[in-house]
Amino acid sequence: MEHVAKRVMLPKFNLSRHGGLIALAVILAFNVIVTPNFFQAQTLAVNISQVATIAIVAMGMTLVIATGGIDLSVGAVMALSGALAPLIFLSEFGTAYPALGIAAALIIPIMLAMVCGLFNGYIVAFLGVQPIIATLILFISGRGIAQVLTNGNLQTFSNPYFSYLGTGKILGLPFQGWLALVIAVILTWVVTRTSFGRYVLATGGNERAAYLAGGPVRKVKIGVYVICSALAGLAGLIVVAINSASDAARNGNLMELDAIAAAVVGGALLQGGRAPIFGAILGAVIIQLVKYTLLANGVEDEYALIAKALIILAAVYLQQGRRGKNA
Amino acid sequence: MMLLSMAGIEKHFGGVPALARASLDIEPGEVHALIGQNGAGKSTLIKILTGVYSRDAGNISFDGASSHFRSPGEAQAGGIATIYQELNLVPLRSVTENVILGFEPKRMGWLIDWQAAHQRTREILARFQINIDVTEQLGNYSTAIQQLVAIARAVSLNAKLVIMDEPTSSLDSSEIEILFGVVRELKASGVSVLYVSHFLDELYQICDRVTVMRDGCTVATDVIEQTSKLDLIADMLGRDVEDVKAEGMTEFGGAAAKQGDLLLEAKDISTGPRLKRLNISLHRGEIVGLGGLLGAGRTEAARALFGVDRIVDGKLGLESGEWKPTSPANAIASGIGFLSEDRKVEGIIPDMSVRENLTLALLPRLSRYGQIDRAREKEIVEDFIKRLGIKTAGMEQPIRELSGGNQQKVLLARWLATDPEILILDEPTRGVDVGAKREIQLIIRDFVDRGLGVILISSEFEELVEGAGRIIVLHEGETVTELVNPGITENALVHALAHDHRGAA
Amino acid sequence: MLDGDSFDLRKYIARNPQSVAVWVALLVLIVFGLLRYDNFGSAYNISSFLNYNAMFIIISVGMCFVILTGGIDLSVGSVAAFTSIIAAYLSPYGIEIALPCAVAAGIVFGAFNAFCVTHLNIPPFIATLATMIGAKGGALVISGAQTIAVDWGSNFTQLGMEKAFDLVPWSIVIVAVVVVGLWIVLEQTTLGRTVLAVGGGEEASVMMGLKVDHARFFAYALSGGCAGLAGVFLASGFGAGQPLEGVGWELSAIAAVVVGGTLLTGGLGSIPATIAGALLLGLVFNILNFENGKGTISFSAYWQMVIRGAFLFLVILFQVRVMKLRQQRASL
Repeated sequence: MEHVAKRVMLPKFNLSRHGGLIALAVILAFNVIVTPNFFQAQTLAVNISQVATIAIVAMGMTLVIATGGIDLSVGAVMALSGALAPLIFLSEFGTAYPALGIAAALIIPIMLAMVCGLFNGYIVAFLGVQPIIATLILFISGRGIAQVLTNGNLQTFSNPYFSYLGTGKILGLPFQGWLALVIAVILTWVVTRTSFGRYVLATGGNERAAYLAGGPVRKVKIGVYVICSALAGLAGLIVVAINSASDAARNGNLMELDAIAAAVVGGALLQGGRAPIFGAILGAVIIQLVKYTLLANGVEDEYALIAKALIILAAVYLQQGRRGKNA
Repeated sequence: MMLLSMAGIEKHFGGVPALARASLDIEPGEVHALIGQNGAGKSTLIKILTGVYSRDAGNISFDGASSHFRSPGEAQAGGIATIYQELNLVPLRSVTENVILGFEPKRMGWLIDWQAAHQRTREILARFQINIDVTEQLGNYSTAIQQLVAIARAVSLNAKLVIMDEPTSSLDSSEIEILFGVVRELKASGVSVLYVSHFLDELYQICDRVTVMRDGCTVATDVIEQTSKLDLIADMLGRDVEDVKAEGMTEFGGAAAKQGDLLLEAKDISTGPRLKRLNISLHRGEIVGLGGLLGAGRTEAARALFGVDRIVDGKLGLESGEWKPTSPANAIASGIGFLSEDRKVEGIIPDMSVRENLTLALLPRLSRYGQIDRAREKEIVEDFIKRLGIKTAGMEQPIRELSGGNQQKVLLARWLATDPEILILDEPTRGVDVGAKREIQLIIRDFVDRGLGVILISSEFEELVEGAGRIIVLHEGETVTELVNPGITENALVHALAHDHRGAA
Repeated sequence: MLDGDSFDLRKYIARNPQSVAVWVALLVLIVFGLLRYDNFGSAYNISSFLNYNAMFIIISVGMCFVILTGGIDLSVGSVAAFTSIIAAYLSPYGIEIALPCAVAAGIVFGAFNAFCVTHLNIPPFIATLATMIGAKGGALVISGAQTIAVDWGSNFTQLGMEKAFDLVPWSIVIVAVVVVGLWIVLEQTTLGRTVLAVGGGEEASVMMGLKVDHARFFAYALSGGCAGLAGVFLASGFGAGQPLEGVGWELSAIAAVVVGGTLLTGGLGSIPATIAGALLLGLVFNILNFENGKGTISFSAYWQMVIRGAFLFLVILFQVRVMKLRQQRASL
């Protein structure tokens, strides 16, 4: 009972809170000095278009992690929605009514993704199965369903309207970058200003207490899995749009790891209770930039993996250090 | 020579002193009582002795040598066996494992001899007259059995000092007698016992000397036969004996059975084996106490009324008519609040701010189309911080950085902010310092005087006796009797609690 | 089961309701297979089935120890890929050199995980996720992103083919010995019981004076060692070290452990049920192959994934049901 410590908040520099930004600054500075052609619109665009999908999924993952959960199925959901979209706009209906076809190809896959989220959320919230196992089910079968849908074939297409999702530019920067930014703003509003957001953090911070204070804990959990899956579905569409091709075997492969890594580097705590939405973007950017930096300087891809592992460990170690002091 | 001598012990948690100038001396073969209010530092002192915490200052010598136990394991190996207040056992594992783990009989050097282990466990438990299937999961047995198993483990370690922190909190009178028999046996064989208990009468039965702690300091050590109960209470509270006699021990005061409008009436409510028959009524402006031993069904009663446990039988009525709670959210909407017992596990959301914690139960009424009205939220929080005198650096300070008493005030405010008709308080002053305790009692009394109905669960007799208009006494999940103030004495309550067993002994 | 009392089925069921599902499902699938397919019970099918699943069994058993402490080990697949390369490089020196070295390499990874978890206080999920990524990078680095062919001249590749006493492949013998050994460690030693106690209540275990950090260190190092051994089987079975293999193994292993009724929160579970879980998940594949072979229905590889996921879902539903029934009975 005497654990509870009274402590005056000192406005001191906080490595765990600003560590990400510092890391970003260091990487940028390094690139400016070392990497040839770093400050070019081309470089920026490449990096943004690559980082946007990870960032979008990582934001959804951040919400799930904020409730103390985890979602392994995001990659499979990407494959599923990515496989469905071309099927729709390449169908008879889609070719007969192009505008409707595109709209349906955007809406239906994301709705399907949300159904996946509902499934995950239901198993977690109502059956009480641990998230890692609950989402393992769709992790295994989701991609299979996508491949069944497409017979495992690579679907190529040329449809400028759909491809805008992945190749369009606004003010010279990739459309999906702007999309990620808009989503981040909306989710930040949700987290900080709505009762849903408050309940998300409360559920992750202390589920029992949230429930006893009247929080709709089950609905909140289902909500975050639905949002996470919807964003994964969107990311799946973007990947397909970038490539003008849908490959159910590769779309979103290992995305769950990248998304979890980005969320964690961005400051999410696996125990739940924190939802740094822009942190997820920062985490995605850092991981992407490290990869780019190593590649651009002739370091092989496999070393980038080791670097990524070290970044994750360092980020979490710093966070744990801070928590340890307060315990 | 003393077996144990602790002197000048100091301990801080994040800058807050938990112990200052604490000391304790125990002679060989002595049963030594350690008493003090909740938060006086007893548990901290014990945990420093057993290596759970490290001390900031002070000296400890045990068995003739200066000691530095760095972990409970080392203390155990050094001859100190401890039964902690929060039963530290592994409910998922078998009874045998919980008793002998770490000291298993072996065969062929490193394999556990399970036959011998079960046999030894049965023998150890036989001392406590327990005859159960030792291969069963411990968690399948009652709290009382689990408590006895914890005690049996500690006693079986052949220690020089056995520490018992509230060992009788869930035992009935016959089980307590068995325990006392074992304590006397230990004493006879030269083992010392450090005995911590809230039940002062128990101390007079088995203890030789008593040490009293208050606010992290050791304030008195006496031979118990030469000390009166009132002396002990006055020492614990830090007040004159005469004052205690005149004023009472709490700020609740003025309790009498008042009859305002009927707010709640429960008839024969049951939720399962732990709450079989609850009968309770509550009126406006009244505090009704729930009395009973640990495991008597008090918390279960609160959970039933608040919609946490499903009510399977019986009738429940509110002012508005018959009603059955379906969830806490539903109960809150019907005007009920529930301050739960375990602040850390069921109350605070540690990383959230004071503001967010305070308005958590109010969110449905604070938001429009899902968006929180921040201006109103701040207004409400500011108001309650002022009214309840919550000491915080600001409403944005994370609640984990507040002291226990202030955390409790925030949680109390969480419920008062919802403007409830009925407030269920489960141990509202547990683990807060004496000052905050009095303030919390005053706040509760103030709201009750203005019409709030309170159901109060408390292990501190004086809170119930002085605070409650009526006390409903539970035993093994059933309402057994009702006491009415004025006229309730601690003695009468003790008798009722023991269901006419304890106290008489 | 090994706790000295004679085995009593009714007691076992009452105490391990979450393990009942796996035994029932396994039995049903075996009976189904025996009745439906001619060669299902043939020595060849059994032997090749076990040979193929040896590495999954061994990884699942290692994973079981980690999960029993309340942790998780995501790195096993990558570590197996890494050690398969070590084993392939060392294959010219024979199995007696390659195997211990590969296992030792696995233990090093496991010890690193353990260090992160017990000393740096990094959550197991993150620590082993990082090791998973790092070990994969390491595997690619030491192999130059190529598969590394083993030396066919040495006895290394005989591991899964040459039979001990002309009966069972050596790989199965090794797995059986290791698994039984670990079963004994879990059930019969202080270390094993401490592993269980830690998962059942870490704080309580500390208070009981148990060596909590030793137990956790042991579990992670063991899991790494098991992954190392699986890497040897991988290299020997496929004739090459495989830097890109092992993806998703950790999840298969976790699924096997959980299907076997081990609580993901730790403290309760068993080795035989874990093996049953691993066999069950493997058997689904085996039966689908037979079904394809029969030609009645043709399941593509994609359908197999869907069915595997659906099957996992069914087993979990069954478990939830059993647990609920038990709770209801307990509260009567």
